[in-house]
Formats: sequence, structure tokens, C-alpha cells
Amino acid sequence: MKEIVIISGKGGTGKTVIAGAFAALAKDKVLADCDVDAADLHLLLDPKIKESHTFKSGFTAFTHKKYCEGCGTCSMVCRFEAVKEDFSIDPISCEGCAFCSLVCPKNAIEMRLNTSGEWFISQTRFGPLVHAKLGIAEENSGKLVSLVRKKAKEIAEDKSYKWVVIDGSPGIGCPVIASIAGVDCAVVVIEPTLSGLHDAERVIDVTRHFNIPVKVIINKYDLNCDITERIERWSKDRNIQVLGKVVFSKAVVKSVVEGKTIIEYSNNKVAKTLSDIWKLLERELAG
Amino acid sequence: MIISVASGKGGTGKTTVAVNLALSLNNIQLLDCDVEEPNSHIFIKPLFRRRDPVFVPIPVVDQKKCDGCGRCKEVCAYNAIAITSKKVLIFPELCHGCGSCTYFCPNDALREENEEVGVLEIGRKDGIEFIHGKLNIGKMAAPPVIRAVKKHISREKTVIIDVPPGTSCPVITAIRDTDFVILVTEPTPFGLNDLSLAVEVVRKLEIPFGVVINRSGLGNKETDKYCQKEDIPILMRIPFSKKIAEIYSRGGSIVKSLPEYKEKFQILFKEIEKIVSGSNKAGSN
Amino acid sequence: MKIAVSSDGATLESNVDPRFGRCPYYIIYDTESDDFKSVENKSGQAAGGAGIQAAQMISDMNIKSVITGNIGPNAFRVLSAASIGVYSGATGSVKDSVEKFKKGEYKQTAGPDVGSHFGMGRG
Repeated sequence: MKEIVIISGKGGTGKTVIAGAFAALAKDKVLADCDVDAADLHLLLDPKIKESHTFKSGFTAFTHKKYCEGCGTCSMVCRFEAVKEDFSIDPISCEGCAFCSLVCPKNAIEMRLNTSGEWFISQTRFGPLVHAKLGIAEENSGKLVSLVRKKAKEIAEDKSYKWVVIDGSPGIGCPVIASIAGVDCAVVVIEPTLSGLHDAERVIDVTRHFNIPVKVIINKYDLNCDITERIERWSKDRNIQVLGKVVFSKAVVKSVVEGKTIIEYSNNKVAKTLSDIWKLLERELAG
Repeated sequence: MIISVASGKGGTGKTTVAVNLALSLNNIQLLDCDVEEPNSHIFIKPLFRRRDPVFVPIPVVDQKKCDGCGRCKEVCAYNAIAITSKKVLIFPELCHGCGSCTYFCPNDALREENEEVGVLEIGRKDGIEFIHGKLNIGKMAAPPVIRAVKKHISREKTVIIDVPPGTSCPVITAIRDTDFVILVTEPTPFGLNDLSLAVEVVRKLEIPFGVVINRSGLGNKETDKYCQKEDIPILMRIPFSKKIAEIYSRGGSIVKSLPEYKEKFQILFKEIEKIVSGSNKAGSN
Repeated sequence: MKIAVSSDGATLESNVDPRFGRCPYYIIYDTESDDFKSVENKSGQAAGGAGIQAAQMISDMNIKSVITGNIGPNAFRVLSAASIGVYSGATGSVKDSVEKFKKGEYKQTAGPDVGSHFGMGRG
């Protein structure tokens, strides 16, 4: 069983469209949407939710006004500007360190466990999908991402599936680190723009930092062939395999609008290229 | 006035709008708070004259004063402290810098030292004062670096903040205490899904906001319908254009290559000014 | 002496779990009396510092050696500070791994096997 994650550093490069294509192409797989902050994969997969669970993580301070005598010690120790003028706590700023709760001479501050999101196991036309929704303004520590990964892996092991295909999130912080840890391959989707290349370099630094094998797909490559060439040279210099180059196609947007993967929508160049890329990836990881 | 440019979804054109708005106005400070992947500098190309590391206070233990009582480990909410054989071990990457352990140590055996988590780079170009923050690779938490960037806000200027994508902690840290939020979106199902999440966040923070639709014409009409239903002003539309995509791809700015856009961005700014002064008068939004 | 084995279940027939910090159980085995007990790993649910918390718990139990699949840098640091020997790369049933350990077939691990955040394990 192999785990593949699709990441990009920069947002909007086509991660989710490509994850959707792999969902249609791969046999015997579980899908996982680890972009818990702004999950989109479900828009292509039309999931039927079979299980939903609340996700509780971290604590938030809460002041019981009837015990509070307004000494302000809480406000003096809080480093996150979470204590308001009336000594109630701003839940958005509170980081749950409990310092205020420990120093309060009247024991007026309670630490409450947060419900910070929800996670789901769903059935789709391509197999099971594990996905989640982080609550608004909640800390994205990577814990919910780790949970999605764990559940997807459990399903794959339970049913002896061959693949776990993971849609990752933009950036380089905790949630990305949690989505790449321990995978067999991180596929980085790069668009041929200076921003795209800059951000991909940073996320590839992260994969190297954690010793994760990495491969590249250049998406919408014909928008700037010079930069595409530059990305190819850059990858070669670093011994990173470029799995393929995908053309820009308005049909991709149309497929998203219709809630279909590009593979189902059309047999155009994009679908053919992605199909070849998937076959190549399968061969490369078979060993 | 402080304007933040945000988006639920990545890749919709936040940086494009922030950069081109900055280049269309005078007396500007552009703060790039997308500290995990800052890239406004690619378009502005500022001359950097200053580089300041960003530190987070991490406790360090003086083993001579420590008697292994374990009070520090008890109060740590993040499992950043372990005690074995009466030796205290601190794990900086889990530490949130709350100061609790140092305060509660009965033997004064802990003191805080600075650990570098990122860097600020400060420069100028085209009359724009430019500051961005970069989170160091392998470091986990963006908010301290974002807060360090925002410390440089100059209230005498028009400040534009390029916000990270998404709706979680780093986004809140960047958007809070700004006067207006521009939400940039694309008219596709992904764009709309993430826009609605971003709208929830901005409403929670009670900051006036409006939408800019980028790559207009490539997608569907659902975003327009949503904004109408929710009474959200659509402040500007940038049509999908291969020319604009090509300019962006090589790090160019729309207003320099297509000068007619300068006026459009200036009109965007005037619209925002109207809304902000209107809501100030009304005292609510 | 008492040793701890990271395990995916509560019995000797369970398999060695490849993740030290996030395994569901530890089997605590006394190599002299051949008694054993299973201990639930509550740290597996921790947001961060699961390895640290797990290693802390093990070090509070007077254990001399740990047998596991993979161990990360934080947990390794705690166990080293407590002078607990770490033997990683173990697979198969807990029972077999204890036998191998008793026969001296395992080499002590010099450093962490994997980067941090390896709690997802390997497929």
C-alpha cells in the first residue's frame, strides 16, 4: 500500500483537480482531503457521508464572571492579548496555555475543551473519502490533518487497498508537514510563474527537511514556456523527476463547474497527460 | 487606512490585487504577511535595506538550580517539557512562548531565551515602503512572524496587507484590527466554496469587506448570485485574460503593462474609502 | 528487568507497532519473571508532543529498554536522558521480539530513525 500526497506550496496551481484525476484513474484506493482549512475535493466527488465525528482539540479559557473580582492578573500574564477589558476571554486570540487560569486568585477561569472541527468518512463513486472541516478561526495545528491521514490509512489497510491519494494544503507549516509525513511520494504541482516556482522551492525544502521523496508536475505549462523550461532545468539540477507537463485548458474549469473530474469530462490533452502521468507514477512506486 | 487582501482559496489573485493596488496609489506601505510563501516581492522587486530576525521566547533550564520538582512540566499545556532522572528537557518546536513554566518554577531555574523562527525584510521601490516576513523552513507557527510584520504599520500611510490563504490562525492574525478586507475570488465552485468560508471569518471579526472577482468570465454565475443574496458589494472584476496571466507569470504588474488598469484600481480604492467612512459614521456594518 | 514494546494490541500475540509515540498500547514485559501487562498509550491523541509524552510515561515506570519500529527525535531525546536503551527496527509479534531481545539479537539504536511527525507510520 502506497501513500501519495499532492502539494504545491502556492495555492491555486491545480492540486485538487489533479487529485480528482488520480481519484478517477487509480484502482483500489482511499482518498483523503487534508486541506482541512479550505477543503474542495468533495466538490468533484459528490460524497455521501457515512460517518461524521466532532473533532475536539485544545482548550480555551473561560471566565466565570460571578467569581471574578477584577484584579486583572490574568490580563497581566496573557501574552496573546486574549483578555478583554471586562476580563472575559477572546476565544479567537486565546491559545489555551492556561496561564491565566493558574494565576487567578479566585479560580474564576475555567479551561474548556474546544470543538474545533468535524471529520467525515464518505462514500464516493471512486471509493471511500476521508475529509474534514476545521472550524472558523481555529488553530490548524495539523492534528486534524493527522487524524484524516490515520483514518484513511486504516481503511486502506482494512480493505487491502493499493493507494491512499491525499489532497494536501498550500503553505509549508504544520498542516502541510502533517500531510506529508511518512508518505511514499510527494507530488508537487508547479505552475510556470515566478511565484509558483518560488513557493515550490520552499515546499520542496520542507520535503527534504523531512526526507520525503518528491516528484514534480508542471501544470498549465504553456502559459509561460520560458519558465517551464526553467522549472525543468531546476528539477534536473536537483535530481527531481518531472512526471509530466499539462497544458492550460478551459475545459478544466468547465469540468469543475460541472462537479466532474477532468478524466470524466473529456478525453482531451489534459486527461491524456494526466493518465500518462498516473501510469508513470504507478510504475515508479511499484518497487 | 489599513486594507487587508485575503481569500479563502489560494491562487485566486490576492497578491495580484494587493500589488497592483499598491502600485496605483500614493503614500503606500505594502506588508506581505503570507509568511509561509511570501511572493509580493517578486512583483515589487524592492531594494531591501534591512533584515531583522523574528524571535520567540523559549525557556532554557539552569540544571544547577533545578531540583526536578516537575512543576514546569505540570503547567505546560503543550507537552513541550519532559522530566527524566530529574533532568528537565525543553522542546522548542512545541513551545508557544506563554511564559507559564518560567513563572511557576519555584527555584528560579528557568529563564527565557530568544529562538529565531523567521525573518523580516524591509525595503523600498517606486515610492512603496515594503515589508515581508518569512517563516523559517521547518518552523511551525506563522503568527509570531505575522505579528512582527504588523508592528511596522505606519498609520500615516495607506497600508495594504497581503494575507495568507485560508481561514485559520495565521489569517486571523493578519486580518485583525484592519479597516477593510478585500476578498479575492474566482467565479468557480472551488472559489465560491472557499469564499463563503472566508466571509464567515470576516463577519466574525466584524470588519467591513467587499469582493473582487478575478478571472471573471471563466466559470459560472453562482458567485455573483451568492454576493447578491448576501448583500456583499462586488468592488471590481478582472476578466480572465491570457495576457494578464502571462504578465503575472513573469513577475510583471498589470498596471505597468496595461496602464488603463491603474485607474480601475484607484476607483477600487475610492469605493473602499466610501464604505469605510460610511460605516464609521453609522457605527456598524 | 522491565522492557516496553510498542504494540498494536494488548497481548503478546499483537504485533510490534512501527510508531513509538502513537501506538495504541505498550506491552511491559519483565524478562526475569516473564510476567507482562499492557498499558494503553493515551499520548497517541496528543496534538503535539505525543512522542515526548509517551517517553515521559515510559521513563516514569522504571523501564530499562524499549523495543519499537520507529522512534522520532523528541522521544529519543527523552529516553536517552533517562538512560533507557532503544532498540528500533523490530517487526513481527511482541512475543517474538521479546525472545529476540532476550537472545541479544537486537542492536541498540544510536539515534532517531525518522523525522518528527512520523506518527502516521509507514504503509
